[in-house]
Amino acid sequence: MVSEKPEERRIVISGVGLAAPNGNNLPEFRSSLLAGRSGIQKLNVRYMGEVLAGICHFDPLKYQGKKEVRRGTRAGSIAIYCAQEAIADAKLDLAGLDRSRIGVYLGITEHGTVETESEIYEIKQFDYDVKYWSHHHNPRVVANNPAGEVTLNLGITGPHYTIGAACAGGNIGLIHGLQMLLLSEVDLALGGGISESTGSFGIFAGFKSEGALASHPDPEKACRPFDKDRNGVVVAEGGCIFVLERLSDALKRGANIYGEVVGYAINSDATDFILPSAERQVECMKLALSKANISPEDIDIINTHGTGTIEGDVAECRAIREVFGEYPNAYMNNTKSLIGHAMGAAGALELAGNLPSFEDHLVHPTINLDHLDPECSLNNLVINEPIRIDKVDYIFNNSFGMLGINSVVILKRFEE
Amino acid sequence: MTKEQIKDTLLEIIAQIIPDEDLSNLKGDIPIREQVELDSMDFLDIIMELRKHYGIEVPEDDYMQLATLDGSVAYLEPRMREH
Repeated sequence: MVSEKPEERRIVISGVGLAAPNGNNLPEFRSSLLAGRSGIQKLNVRYMGEVLAGICHFDPLKYQGKKEVRRGTRAGSIAIYCAQEAIADAKLDLAGLDRSRIGVYLGITEHGTVETESEIYEIKQFDYDVKYWSHHHNPRVVANNPAGEVTLNLGITGPHYTIGAACAGGNIGLIHGLQMLLLSEVDLALGGGISESTGSFGIFAGFKSEGALASHPDPEKACRPFDKDRNGVVVAEGGCIFVLERLSDALKRGANIYGEVVGYAINSDATDFILPSAERQVECMKLALSKANISPEDIDIINTHGTGTIEGDVAECRAIREVFGEYPNAYMNNTKSLIGHAMGAAGALELAGNLPSFEDHLVHPTINLDHLDPECSLNNLVINEPIRIDKVDYIFNNSFGMLGINSVVILKRFEE
Repeated sequence: MTKEQIKDTLLEIIAQIIPDEDLSNLKGDIPIREQVELDSMDFLDIIMELRKHYGIEVPEDDYMQLATLDGSVAYLEPRMREH
């Protein structure tokens, strides 16, 4: 179906920059996902000892000086790396652009936890005397820090801020960028999500106290969404930033277009701090389909949010069955099984990992799915091996978070 | 510490704070900030390092005395003599 919207009202992805535990750019990431290569490893965390985590291996000094790295935050370094890579991938020459018309919108699950924990640890050796508290603390922990560091690094003078949206942050950073383009607030948006959560013992300890921190003798087998033997979340760091622009602008400059964002939705459960609501997830999915003006049978790939917790996985699968149950077309996968839960980056990273499917028609697998939980049975769940499908016109990406925040993004294969 | 040791210590601290800068030609009698990229937050890092590792408190009114390398050594020498 050809879009009836004018080109100025159609928003496309024309660049991708990412840092994942199993890849420093989209081709590497995609290759790892197709090969079922996990990015989960052991990590020593203050007070916790050894835990399992997804750790990125990009070189921050590719785009930052040593002083910039020292002064800033890990989230800032991840964001700068992703933003620079996205702009390079989009073949944009920043020098020739009006940088006051570029916006930076990054989803985060949390920010400042890592820096605050480290500062308290530091002053502990001075008997908690606060005169040893760093003067860098405030600029490091302000909630806009990761997006602000991007603007400092790239000389972008348009708006920048982060969007606190728990584990739906990555999707919502992208959605917000789209909205700002449609409102003509900016001409180019860097939208996505960032996570530095593996630097915080509190995140791991919090999941452990909830009984939701994954453990397994083999780190690569620890993240097991939909598997009967799953035992929780594997925390990961990472980031993914998309270059978003109006189709009219992208066509004018001959940009490579990865896909068009044709639908999205955000809603709230209003039921519980942690436990999800399948009912609201259904509403969110249906709203996104309705905004895209398509029906469930049009969707070819559904990237699930499933984190490897019993309640979360079961609720999402129930919601998907309700929306898509009668339409067996869509293939379903899960990216967290390979990279863990990249928190605020998860939605954006997982969407990016599926983008190449428009070209190669491959669906990356969900790994570690040895004994499917019957309550998580889904149509065409792609298990342990990638599969090739005939048609990929629409990709549907779920991303949900604590306090009951749900988000869906629908991408369409680009056609003029 | 001798004056020479204090100077070397200061240079080590500054090198950690601004690792991208070449300090080999830093002149002692010219303000450090006129020779290398060192902003007010970096300067506060020097003050913090002196506090953490040498127990030296530099009151804000004395900050100007640390503008040059020579001035810093002269200011710190009586305070670091016992280190």
